[in-house]
Amino acid sequence: MRCYKPVDVKIGVLALQGNVSEHIEAFLLALNRMGQGYSSEVFEIRHPADLSGCNALAIPGGESTTISRLIDKNYMYEPIRSFSGGIFATCAGMVLMATRVDDTRVHTLDLIDMTVDRNAFGRQRESFEADLPIKGLDGGPFHAIFIRAPVATCAGAGVSVLSRMDQGIVAVEYGNHMALSFHPELVGDTRLHERFLKNLRILP
Amino acid sequence: MKLEELRFGTELLKRGFASMQKGGVIMDVVNADQAKIAEDAGAVAVMSLERVPSDIRKMGGVARMADPEKVIEIIDAVSIPVMGKVRIGHFVEAQVLETLGVDMIDESEVLTPADEQYHIDKKLFKVPFICGARDLGEALRRINEGAAMIRTKGEAGTGNVVEAVRHMRNILGEIRMLKGMDRQEMIDFARDIEAPAELVIECSERGRLPVVNFSAGGIATPSDAAMMMQLGADGVFVGSGIFKSSSPERMAKAIVEAVNHFNEPEVIARVSRGLGDAMPGLDVHTLRDDEVLQTRGR
Repeated sequence: MRCYKPVDVKIGVLALQGNVSEHIEAFLLALNRMGQGYSSEVFEIRHPADLSGCNALAIPGGESTTISRLIDKNYMYEPIRSFSGGIFATCAGMVLMATRVDDTRVHTLDLIDMTVDRNAFGRQRESFEADLPIKGLDGGPFHAIFIRAPVATCAGAGVSVLSRMDQGIVAVEYGNHMALSFHPELVGDTRLHERFLKNLRILP
Repeated sequence: MKLEELRFGTELLKRGFASMQKGGVIMDVVNADQAKIAEDAGAVAVMSLERVPSDIRKMGGVARMADPEKVIEIIDAVSIPVMGKVRIGHFVEAQVLETLGVDMIDESEVLTPADEQYHIDKKLFKVPFICGARDLGEALRRINEGAAMIRTKGEAGTGNVVEAVRHMRNILGEIRMLKGMDRQEMIDFARDIEAPAELVIECSERGRLPVVNFSAGGIATPSDAAMMMQLGADGVFVGSGIFKSSSPERMAKAIVEAVNHFNEPEVIARVSRGLGDAMPGLDVHTLRDDEVLQTRGR
């Protein structure tokens, strides 16, 4: 006998500060492109209780010192550290996921064994767009938007490096987590979102 | 990857940068010490200027871009983005700030306008621009010139939020009005408000401005900031409201927290308790015509 059981996919986007609505739209688009047959929800997260039942969490770009301070202030630090689902982190989110960062005011979550340099390319005038080759991603290079972006200067043995530039590593995977220096939520290309969701093995 | 394969200063990078400021508070600072206080309080960025708006009101004279020495001192003091104000139409002040490494430029009516006919051609720059607006037409004219962020003009340096409220309601109300219009009516409306028709239609499709929409001009308390967020602002600028209050550190932190929890009155109540005096306010109806800043540029 086979039973049909709809899978509830719940994705929370940390909504303390930054590029929140774009992440929600990008995940909705990715889920839509990945097919039907299950129910899904993508919503904002501001308090520890909002995390319960989530399969995935997105930590958006924004100002890493600001988001870090707000994570502490809202008692989100331990709940995010002990979160059992996958985390999709971009830009400031990548800084927060690291073990070490070049700024003591950022209280990193220490979830991916890597050292991160903030604003590694410089100030806003040095922000750039580039077509970036990404390991194992079908469909050609990814059009990446780097905005006062960080890089990882070194990553631990278990961390899978997906892409690097002269300045350092700009995309990694580690277990269920993905961390990116750039902003896939700004370009309408959901291949990285889809890859992240597939890795979670929560979709039928 | 070769340098020539990278593209700098694109529209997407400018609007993307502006978008990263959402949900944040951007604070006016005049020196490195104030910049550090703002950063420690959780500001997403600081706005460098020579004098805060309430001092510009008091002192009179021509208000210009800040001394580059001060701007560099502020850039060196903090890791958050540093913005800077230039006079309306003063493209050389903007070139100077871009050279110094300022992350975003505010072409601001708070300073004395340098050109009463034209705003800066912002598309010629790599750094993104902010411009003030009082209604949808003004906002879309600025976006058409290349602005990557709009803020309400409000009436800066008064500590009186009434004009910021008026301008936010104007902009968002006019966008809501578009919902009931067909294409021809929108084109006609665009002519009325002196804005490009394609931008009016884009607003209608998105139900919002094509760029982020902050609030500024008279925000002096955590409740003011939260009200602007509830009305639909993507974030707020606080000018004189922080460093003209009796306890700047506490006021700065309280406003950041109020913006973060703008829909939670119990949080706003908690952070507002015993804050000391907000900046002294001005009734905008008592201002002489030549003291009103919001009518500069149109």
